[in-house]
Amino acid sequence: MPYLGNDDTVKDLKRVLSNPHVQSDQLRYRNAILKVIRIMSQGVDVSSLFSEMVKACATVDIVQKKLVYVFLCSYASLNPELSLLVINTLRKDCQDPNPMVRSLALRNMTNLRLPSLMEYVEQPLTAGLRDRAACVRRVAVLGWAKLHKLQPNSEIDGAVVNELYSLLRDPDPVVMVNCLRALEEILKEEGGVAINKPIAHHLLNRLKECDVWGQSEVLKILQRYQPHSEDELFDILSLLDASLVSPHTPVMAATLSLFLSLCSTLPAVSLAALERVRGPLLAACGSASREIRFTVLCHIQLLLRSVPGLMGAHYKRFFCGYAEPAYIKQRKMQVLVELVNDDNVAMLLDELKEYCTDVNTDTAQAAISAIGRIGRSYSDRCLVILTGLLGLKQENITSAVVQTMRDLVWVSPQCSDTVCNALEGCEEILHDSQGKQALLWLLGTYGDKVFSAPYTLEAFIDGVRCETSSAVKMELLTATLRLFLCRPAETQDMLGRLLHYGIEEETDMCVRDQALLYYRLLQCGVDETRKVVQGRRSDPSLGVLIGRPAEPVSQWAHIFNTLTPLCQITSETELVNSSFQHTSYQPNSDLSDAMNACQLQSIEESVGEHTQSPSDILVTSTIVPLSLLPTLTPAEFEHLWIQGITHTEKEQDGVCMIEHVQCHNVTHSSSQSFQAAMQLVNIQTLAFTPINVLPWRVYLYTHTEAPPCSTLILGELLYTGNANEEEDAFEHTKGYHDANIIVVGEQIERKANHEEDVTLEGKNKSDLTKDNGQVAKLKVTLKQKPRDDKALRGFLSILTTVLHTLSPEGE
Amino acid sequence: MTVFTATLISRRSRMISQVFILSSKGDRLVYKDFRGDVGSDAVGLFYDKVTAPTGDRLPVVTTYKDVHFVHVWQGGLYLVATTTTADSPPFAIIEFLNRLAALINDYCGSLSEKTVQMNFALIYELLDEMLDFGYVQSTSCDVLKNFIQTEALSSRPFSLFDLANVGLFGADTQQSKVAPGSAAARPMQGGKSEIFVDVVERMSVVMGANGVLMKAEVEGEVKVKCFLPSCSEIRVGLNEDLSIGTSPLRGYGAAVRVDECHFHPAVRLDDFDAHRVLRFGPGQGEQSVMTYRLADHLPLAPPFRLFPAIEKDNAGRLLMFFKLRCDLPPKSAAVDVSATVRVPKGCVSLSQELSSPDQSAELRPQHRAVVWNIARFPGGTQLSALFKLDVPALSSASMMEVGPVDLTFELPKVTASGLRVRFLRLAPAQHRGPAQRWVRYVTRSDSYAIRI
Repeated sequence: MPYLGNDDTVKDLKRVLSNPHVQSDQLRYRNAILKVIRIMSQGVDVSSLFSEMVKACATVDIVQKKLVYVFLCSYASLNPELSLLVINTLRKDCQDPNPMVRSLALRNMTNLRLPSLMEYVEQPLTAGLRDRAACVRRVAVLGWAKLHKLQPNSEIDGAVVNELYSLLRDPDPVVMVNCLRALEEILKEEGGVAINKPIAHHLLNRLKECDVWGQSEVLKILQRYQPHSEDELFDILSLLDASLVSPHTPVMAATLSLFLSLCSTLPAVSLAALERVRGPLLAACGSASREIRFTVLCHIQLLLRSVPGLMGAHYKRFFCGYAEPAYIKQRKMQVLVELVNDDNVAMLLDELKEYCTDVNTDTAQAAISAIGRIGRSYSDRCLVILTGLLGLKQENITSAVVQTMRDLVWVSPQCSDTVCNALEGCEEILHDSQGKQALLWLLGTYGDKVFSAPYTLEAFIDGVRCETSSAVKMELLTATLRLFLCRPAETQDMLGRLLHYGIEEETDMCVRDQALLYYRLLQCGVDETRKVVQGRRSDPSLGVLIGRPAEPVSQWAHIFNTLTPLCQITSETELVNSSFQHTSYQPNSDLSDAMNACQLQSIEESVGEHTQSPSDILVTSTIVPLSLLPTLTPAEFEHLWIQGITHTEKEQDGVCMIEHVQCHNVTHSSSQSFQAAMQLVNIQTLAFTPINVLPWRVYLYTHTEAPPCSTLILGELLYTGNANEEEDAFEHTKGYHDANIIVVGEQIERKANHEEDVTLEGKNKSDLTKDNGQVAKLKVTLKQKPRDDKALRGFLSILTTVLHTLSPEGE
Repeated sequence: MTVFTATLISRRSRMISQVFILSSKGDRLVYKDFRGDVGSDAVGLFYDKVTAPTGDRLPVVTTYKDVHFVHVWQGGLYLVATTTTADSPPFAIIEFLNRLAALINDYCGSLSEKTVQMNFALIYELLDEMLDFGYVQSTSCDVLKNFIQTEALSSRPFSLFDLANVGLFGADTQQSKVAPGSAAARPMQGGKSEIFVDVVERMSVVMGANGVLMKAEVEGEVKVKCFLPSCSEIRVGLNEDLSIGTSPLRGYGAAVRVDECHFHPAVRLDDFDAHRVLRFGPGQGEQSVMTYRLADHLPLAPPFRLFPAIEKDNAGRLLMFFKLRCDLPPKSAAVDVSATVRVPKGCVSLSQELSSPDQSAELRPQHRAVVWNIARFPGGTQLSALFKLDVPALSSASMMEVGPVDLTFELPKVTASGLRVRFLRLAPAQHRGPAQRWVRYVTRSDSYAIRI
């Protein structure tokens, strides 16, 4: 901040500096210069002292020299003519016997940033490259880069470039690294310094001599090198292995970055590198520097995109400290959500629950929405916490909870009953528009389940004149109209009042237009309105994003160790934002629906089906509508399952079928992603064994709702490992031969032929890429009640497709 | 495809454009431009971001147009580096800023607005040697000391207390064997030959209401701060029964164990496996010789245990009765203990009954917290406190808002892991005068939360 009256100060200083008595007294002279630099760094303009400072430059006192150079470098560009005077002193210093003086002069000569002085600088720079002292060579090398930056369009001097290339062999490691940096800048147009095999190997061999900064620089530049053979590649990788677990985060990050770019075609090696780097990353998570902690967290988020299970066992490292800043806490919560699994979910939710009452409202809100996201996989536990939080009756918490519940219901509709029961009384506490919108959306969409919905809406409608947010008003319109469709008797009157207000009194155009639209829509008849306004209540396909399948490393490898992950709003918060938006533009989407509504409803629905599911081809070919409802508790499932096993032969109405499905890596996919993918096609999974445990088992069920009757299907997926599965499978097919012969019919034959080819291929493949994942042959046991072969076949094909989409490579 | 992106990345330069240091009030203390591609108004832009009323700390990286500001907040100062590309390696920049802070600390004795203001010339000199054209040249104290000419000014005013240490005829009296806390906070240039080995541990604990440990973690560091004019080798002997990871325990009884440890690259570990001795040639200034970590199974009981009782009285007040027990061995004591209890929203006043006069407590409504301070808390003792809070509209639900309790403390002469320095030997070659050797232990709380 500039001081008032600094003109006087500058004038005083000018007088002091030009006083010959001061000049003769070294200490006083230096103090005066110190004062100049002090006020300069405070932002005061001291450029008027330039000529005095130039004079002060000619001294034997190195401290004074350094101070003057600080000044000169800042103001040289304003006084090009006077700066010429300095050049003489600088050139003389370049001949000084003291290497420190030489390097100082050379550095500041190039720091003046004056194109007009170029001609004087080149000669000392050339001499500097051959100086005896390493510190001078360091400066000279970078000096050429500075010159090039001053005149980017000038011809590149080939001799200099050659000299710089030869200095890569300089005994001083800093000179070597500086050469790389300089060449990188000078040859920018040609794509930077050329890394051929000898240079790359030279750099790798000397890596150990460099300090942390040099190493990370060299590693970054080596990313450009393409090894010629696989042997060479693996030699390089084993050479770098020690740096991969370096306790210095810059080196570790740069090495990992290099690993990922070198191994872009070898996913298995990349994954192994990620595993290896887990230890150092976790150690850096506990670093004393909170900035490093934050950076590590952001990068861990990247890693988790490809290896969701990487840190699962270490979730406690991501618990928030009380005094940590909110930005770290929020990142930690985002990581925690990714880490949740069957083993740690209880502890994790317990910890997150503590954060919900944080003093910082953003942190509290982040914690609540984190619980909501976990709720997509573990809905019961989370709903208990969320409803408990409503009991606190605090405005910000209630608002966040209601918004979270809305988002949760949208992706996992099975929560709707609990949510609807919890909504009573919330309207008195909510005062912010986001929370109100969420509540209104829930009331409108699930009005049939909330007893008090009409009364709540009536209170809103009575207060609509005082409502400031137009988004809330639009949401209110939609909610009231939707409620009218399911509970007309209670709502008719208030809807009329609301529409009247909206059309006659409202000043906001958007609200008025929407009211008008609804009014005209109602004139077309209730059935038409229903078609338009009552769309889907949920979209489980969004749910798949939580347990989204592992992304390939290449998706993020190029932003690893850059600033991007730190500034990036992570996909997660984006998701939350977008789901906040979906309600606010809900009315608009209704509008666009309305436009289409005159056309065929059925078309729209099939289109909806298409976009909704990734397994659309099979689903459309054998459409079997599946449904999650009514829900089955694990106990009921167990009962039915055991009953099914003992009575299959006797009971005519049930059927048991065994099938083998091939797929890659399903056993490696996390339970959440598996569950999410299954829910997407309305298959509920009930129990899992953890990842990579053999035998791997999953129990699931669904209901088919094919026209004649609806049936219940129970299923077990079993993977025992490659060895014993063959006989196992054989026995079973034999045993149940009569039971499933009709069902499997031609399909199994076709599959059998196909399977043999695939297994052969798969075997070879798995030999090549051992870590990459084996071809798993899953035994699928299905039980249906009552029997409906067509539905069962349809179900099986859906299941197969999902299993195939889950495996990363597909077939 | 990958080749293409790789070249694209390298085309842009990835270095630091400017470095500046701002005080918490926004005063520009040091400003140095290395590349001239970002205007000097960047400082103002950054300060606007700092003061923007977001209510929380500024994120580490902020961006304005093409300029990325990376900052580190230490000692009440913002150390900021700007860069023009998003490809710059964040780890390197942040580590560099941390290193700069550490060097200022080493050279000036401490890192604060005052020392930076006094020593700005020295800091310019440091920056000039550390960075050239935005590229890090060297950050090692040993290299830099050859170049740095300016002498550091210590901010410690002359005081009569300094004379208290001087005995008859100016001889050091050596009355106490304990290094004064300020001893390490002195500039590294200048006279005395001393060496400090500090074992610093940070504890983070989450404890359930019933005293069950839900998380316990200790991050430790052995730091060597060396003011010896020349020293060829130092040998630091650690507990002989120290075991690392899951390697079999040595000897009998309660062995000291750490889960993982890392060493400074300069440390020679020839004797480590057999005798747990670290050998290294120390540089000037502070170095972290070894870092280690221990999780879940601490050798000692956690230092504090809390017994809370929360209820509502007839007058509608919230009563919180806390008994806090210090489970340290009786000879040691915790200092600067502060317990922060989160209380329901809307607390208006607090009345307190504390068990001894050297405690204090206050209500901080803006943080929704009661802070209970205990200056000194000897091991094996127990303190109690009764807080009565007036909360209008106290409901049974607000009881759920009470807690957790977060403790901050310092345990001098204690290591949570049990790690000790058995001996500290200097190589015999360099005895020009008696070098003073100090070994200090301290455990600090990183985060010590107790659920209620």
